[in-house]
Amino acid sequence: MNDTVISIERLCVEFDGAHVLEDVNVDIQAGDVIALLGPNGSGKSTLIRAILGLQPVDHGRITLFGTPLRRFKQWQRIALVPQRLPGASSIPVSVWETVLSGAISPRTRWRPFSRTEKNAAVQALHDVDLWDRRHSRLDTLSGGQQRRVLVARALASNADVILMDEPTAGLDAANVTALARLLGELKARGRTIIVVTHEIDAIESLVTRAIVLAPDAHHSVQYDGPPPVPNSFAHDHHHHHDAVIDDSPPVIGMES
Amino acid sequence: MIWDFDFMRRALLAAALVGLIAPLIGVFLVQRRLALLGDGMGHVALTGVGLAFLLGTAPIPTAMATAALGAFLIEFIRYRSRTAGDVALALLFYGGIAGGVLFASLAPGRASSSLNSYLFGSLSTVASGDLWALGALVVTVLLVLLFFGRELFAVSLDPDIAQVQGIKVRAMSTLMAILAAIVVVVGMRVVGLLLVSAIMIVPVAAAQQVTRSFRATAALAVVIGVIASVTGLVGSFYVEAPPGPAIVIIALACFAILAIVAVPIRRRRREHS
Repeated sequence: MNDTVISIERLCVEFDGAHVLEDVNVDIQAGDVIALLGPNGSGKSTLIRAILGLQPVDHGRITLFGTPLRRFKQWQRIALVPQRLPGASSIPVSVWETVLSGAISPRTRWRPFSRTEKNAAVQALHDVDLWDRRHSRLDTLSGGQQRRVLVARALASNADVILMDEPTAGLDAANVTALARLLGELKARGRTIIVVTHEIDAIESLVTRAIVLAPDAHHSVQYDGPPPVPNSFAHDHHHHHDAVIDDSPPVIGMES
Repeated sequence: MIWDFDFMRRALLAAALVGLIAPLIGVFLVQRRLALLGDGMGHVALTGVGLAFLLGTAPIPTAMATAALGAFLIEFIRYRSRTAGDVALALLFYGGIAGGVLFASLAPGRASSSLNSYLFGSLSTVASGDLWALGALVVTVLLVLLFFGRELFAVSLDPDIAQVQGIKVRAMSTLMAILAAIVVVVGMRVVGLLLVSAIMIVPVAAAQQVTRSFRATAALAVVIGVIASVTGLVGSFYVEAPPGPAIVIIALACFAILAIVAVPIRRRRREHS
């Protein structure tokens, strides 16, 4: 299980001349369950987007499954769980259509979905316990249920590596617990999981490795090791988290 | 009866083709919040028609060429320059109308008066050769949707995730704009360039009030599109009005009816879930 699936070397990302990420070096192994922590503005989402090629990089090197990002083609091996779908509110989209859309790729262009691909979507809907809602309009589900649909969408793609952007943000306790249970199952199935989060508590027992990004960019990775996060960083992190909740309600999506 | 007139048979067939494919493209445009893209294409195609008058070329290919050029232009402006999407569209609106009217007035003969039939549609202008061209365009659109429909759907759901799935987002956006340009050209004779975009958008807006999935929305929108196009055309024959406005009024009536029907449907679904 010691295959490196994602390798990040000396990564720098700037916004308008300011370093958001500086000299980030991280290797992620197959089977890792990683909590990516850090206050708002520390570049968690930027790092995720850079890994996926959605964020231009100023310096450094990202390698996915041994292939430099620029030449990487096997996108079916990686899936992203976003916080929401921007296009899902303008036209009705059913839960089933959303989940099955995880299997769409240029490789399936010239043929219908295979039995295997449809079965993966069926299984994914059962995994998130929303099979009964498959015919519902996505926007009639609660926020927590919608988040689970997006997790199912990633599962339907059968990706080895799943990146989740703040999957617990704004969820009630019951939905957080359900999500944690699901993460446990994915871990047992050997998936590599990277979770961007403010709240490690709910998933701490599953996490094999915590990576804390610093609020200022001088040493972008502040801590990289097994949980629990040492107090000095954890305190910093929690403190900032509380402050953000108090000051600015729209925490969600602030960092994109 | 209207079937006795050759020109009406051709117009009805052309109207049915527009009603069929326009909502199929519109459903993607509405989901991407690009409802006005079709209007931009229509205005640009008007310059193509004016140019055809001036140069003495056939209107359909000339309009197709300018609308396709407009499609590239719009995507280029959206991605490359700092101009916002709505401003980019506005620029096309103005340029398209100005170019169309200017070229048509420079053209010899009664060009500027026949420009009117391209603005609001006409019952009598679909030539039999046109029908073959329209048919070929419609088949092209259907084939593209068959193979690229799912990728277009993924892009309109979330461009970022689509890119992570290996989908070429820029290429799909340009493809979408070109499909819209084709629909505009297919619809320009019957519905007219100023209203052709409505037959892409209004049936979709009407259908999505009562549907629960993308597929059902597209299907119901096509039904509404065909009904509105055909009945609007027939109606305009009897009241001796241009067909474009009649078709759009009927599509809007469908929207209003479904808005009323949607209330009890939604209530019942809420009680079920």
